[in-house]
Amino acid sequence: MTAMTPLAQVHESAGALFTDFAGWQMPVKYTSELAEHQAVRTAAGMFDLSHMGEIRVQGAEAGAFLDMAFAGRLSTMKLGQAKYTLLLAENGGILDDVIVYRLGDTNYLVVANASNCATVLEQLQQRVAGFDATVADESSETALIAVQGPASAEIVSAAGIESEPLDGLKYYRAMEGIFEGEDMLIARTGYTGEDGFELYVPNHAAVSLWETLARVGESKGLQLCGLAARDTLRLEAGMPLYGNELGLDWLPEQAGLGKVVALTKDEDFIGRKAVEQGASADAPVLVALTAEGRRAGRSGYPVFDGDQEVGVVTSGALSPTLGVPIAMAYVHPAARDSSELSIDVRGKRIPATITSLPFYKREA
Amino acid sequence: MTEMQYTKDHEWIRAEGDIATVGITDFAQNSLGDVVYVDLPEVDQEFTAGESLGEIESTKSVGELFAPAAGTVVEVNDAVADDPTLVNSDPTGAGWLVKVRFSEQPEVLSADEYAELTK
Repeated sequence: MTAMTPLAQVHESAGALFTDFAGWQMPVKYTSELAEHQAVRTAAGMFDLSHMGEIRVQGAEAGAFLDMAFAGRLSTMKLGQAKYTLLLAENGGILDDVIVYRLGDTNYLVVANASNCATVLEQLQQRVAGFDATVADESSETALIAVQGPASAEIVSAAGIESEPLDGLKYYRAMEGIFEGEDMLIARTGYTGEDGFELYVPNHAAVSLWETLARVGESKGLQLCGLAARDTLRLEAGMPLYGNELGLDWLPEQAGLGKVVALTKDEDFIGRKAVEQGASADAPVLVALTAEGRRAGRSGYPVFDGDQEVGVVTSGALSPTLGVPIAMAYVHPAARDSSELSIDVRGKRIPATITSLPFYKREA
Repeated sequence: MTEMQYTKDHEWIRAEGDIATVGITDFAQNSLGDVVYVDLPEVDQEFTAGESLGEIESTKSVGELFAPAAGTVVEVNDAVADDPTLVNSDPTGAGWLVKVRFSEQPEVLSADEYAELTK
């Protein structure tokens, strides 16, 4: 069965091409994914992310519960703060990467990937045992609209949302707003490498908010964007995608996310023991690669060091912003020092060079 | 100019005399997305039915140009190699890919049959 977001009709009328993503019928693009990508880098783009999972955690011990359930320290977040963290399995493998918002003293919102929402919910429901806290899935009532790009603040400000001024909202912070009488959440977060907002609204307000944003954004270069542009934007920004760079087979340190794991916190958390033990010395590590020419190494393509196969590409594309092929890949740790790496692009070896993430960083 | 015919692999064929021009359809370019790289065969290359004659890469995926029947490559469109966006902007015109001489009849669909396939 394919699920539809509350905005499906609107996308259809806008001429979207759809794809099945984690069981959801989602726009992959509207007109040109390159134009959509470019719009986010230079003006603004709007994405329907209503497929993502929203899980509310509340109660006197909500903070302590989240500290135990996730790899980050969440109980010490300030009100309105957002934090990127990981849900680990006992063996340290990554079950999901999420954003947690602290919305009240005892009120948190966990935003999970659509593909993992059921897992996250199930895990949290199990892990909450013994804590004075509740876990509630609000995914099916909640729509999520992202406006990303340098013009996003101007556009969101003009949409008739009642809230404190947006200039006061820093990156990775969230605040409440009211749109057409409905409570909503305005978060300055995103997955594109640009300034931007993620707007959580009740389903029945989604169409009106989307249409309002589209209308006020038109003169400011706002483009409707699909998942294709979202993927190249996050790749340029060096952000991992669950299922590509993150999964149960990898410890956070292998994915370059060691810093996300709060080993300094006193509390125990699930997966801590395995993370402290660490990966074996020859466990694959995630690296960033660039290549020459226009042929991209893509997910699943082998990586070679000289004649030896040393790893595999997890995500790759011809970078729309940089104009060169970029990729993330898991490779043998020794390959990090190699100057003879190449990607096997359907039988042809394309020389590749290790670089650091992100591939693209916006000017401050 | 003869009528355009189509294949199940979302290619179009236009025959003029014993030479056929081949490209990908508007449906195919739209599904593939913005084309950023086109790899075409060598002139005089002989091929069999179903063989890959080239690759059409977009930001998000790779499409192959499959030979609709056996034959020989007569000409390739260097303009699309230089400017792959022609495949998106004019897939059945300036975005043509190869001209070939078939040594057997390709299996083709009429415009109506192809429209049915992509409905």
